[in-house]
Amino acid sequence: MNQQAIQVNAISKQYGKGARALREVSLQVQEGELFGLIGPDGAGKTTLIRILVTLLLADRGEASVSGWDVVKDYRKIRRHVGYMPGRFSLYQDLSVLENLTFFATVFGTTIEENYDLIKDIYAQIEPFKHRRAGQLSGGMKQKLALSCALIHRPRVLLLDEPTTGVDAVSRREFWDMLKKLQQRGISILVSTPYMDEASLCDRIALIQHGTILDIDSPEAIVDQYNKPLLAVRSNRMYQLIQDLRDFEATHSAFPFGEYVHLATKYPLWPEVIEGFLVDRGHSHIEIREAEVTIEDCFMELMGKEELNENAL
Amino acid sequence: MNKEPAIQAENLSKKFGDFTAVDQISFTVQPGEIFGFLGANGAGKTTAMRMLTGLSTPTAGDARVAGYDVYREAEQIKRHIGYMSQKFSLYEDLTVRENIQFYGGIYGLSFRMIREKTRELIDRLQLGEVARSLVRSLPLGWKQKLAFSVALLHQPRIVFLDEPTGGVDPITRRQFWEMIYQAADEGVTLFVTTHYMDEAEYCDRISVMVDGRIDALGTPKELKEQYQVESMNEVFLQLARGQ
Repeated sequence: MNQQAIQVNAISKQYGKGARALREVSLQVQEGELFGLIGPDGAGKTTLIRILVTLLLADRGEASVSGWDVVKDYRKIRRHVGYMPGRFSLYQDLSVLENLTFFATVFGTTIEENYDLIKDIYAQIEPFKHRRAGQLSGGMKQKLALSCALIHRPRVLLLDEPTTGVDAVSRREFWDMLKKLQQRGISILVSTPYMDEASLCDRIALIQHGTILDIDSPEAIVDQYNKPLLAVRSNRMYQLIQDLRDFEATHSAFPFGEYVHLATKYPLWPEVIEGFLVDRGHSHIEIREAEVTIEDCFMELMGKEELNENAL
Repeated sequence: MNKEPAIQAENLSKKFGDFTAVDQISFTVQPGEIFGFLGANGAGKTTAMRMLTGLSTPTAGDARVAGYDVYREAEQIKRHIGYMSQKFSLYEDLTVRENIQFYGGIYGLSFRMIREKTRELIDRLQLGEVARSLVRSLPLGWKQKLAFSVALLHQPRIVFLDEPTGGVDPITRRQFWEMIYQAADEGVTLFVTTHYMDEAEYCDRISVMVDGRIDALGTPKELKEQYQVESMNEVFLQLARGQ
């Protein structure tokens, strides 16, 4: 029997004669796992999720959700899987309660029957249950969409960019909700363009141009980063980036908030860099060891991917 | 050099009936500064920005933007600022070249100037091959860079960036910030609103709006020290949740 919540084997998809949206993508989501699919717009996240929820056929490869094949068993998947699409797709001119009742009915169940599962989320919008969905705030729409995706008690939940365009407070609340659902045994695949959400997942796949760059726990991905990484700042940000790129030992230099993250080809004393910057007319120089983030890793992997492409 | 502040707001307020959307905000932005303007949905950011860009008249208080008064010289403000937003900046069904020419025309540049600027911009952004393609067909990152360059076309002293960089990969996002730094280095003032709290850390100074007021104002470093946290995200969560 299949122990995996989601299994993807060498899935490829191309739209017409355009670019390939997915190139031999493989990944597994374990039962009970909170798995993040992380990458920018156009990376292929939505395409993969649509294939998994049986809204789109892959050109090649196989995939299954809860042990059901996405082609042969599509009816089963539609019945038992929860899906929250990226674009708000509930009925704007139905009320909150009408939307939820509608989805419950379609799946042959009732709100009462599964109220315990959605209670924490739905309770927050219940005071507005007679308001039309179209008139809810972004955060409330999101909670309604999640309630509707859960009303049939799915074993696996797939969410396509649920936190895009949502403010920091609502984003935090949403991730708290996902954690609680995970604790109730639901396996979750969530996609996001926000790299800082990676640390909230058990495991992540970094995806770019339809290719998986890496799959692992966020901690392990960060641990694999193998260049010395320093955080550097001075009084002139723009000039600092340009100058650091001229520096002989520089592997890469990218702005990171108030600092520039400088990866060097080999370990070297901060004084050497400081001397170089002083010569270039910088003042208020600060250099310290940087904490590696998922973004550092993603950019490093993007660079390697390009090298591979060019080599082919 | 003109040392007058780029933006100066004093007790700027906007009421809609009984509802106070913006409640006596005061701040000053210096030329060449990158100023982050943050707040949760509904905190009053958009209303404040509409007043500062001459689209909405305040109900009380004062503000000067690029040296012009928001009550009496709103039209001058519109002429002397640039504006870019993620949601709307370029016309998707015009080509790259047509967009540049259109905006040049809107801002009253001469025919010769438009021709020069168009060539220069297409060169600098390396868009030569797609100059005659519809903007719709460009990758998001290219669109953002083009939109920012177009916002700078008439050499405004201030550019308002409304949620500029969502959705792109981390390298493209950084290329975009480097363009912002370059503009700031050349003396342009950048007024940035964003949902990305990590992006807020790129700004020289940040203000956080809560319920129509500015509840925090300072450099990212100062704010993190003040709230004794590691990131702007946590500063924001503390303020917005009132914890």
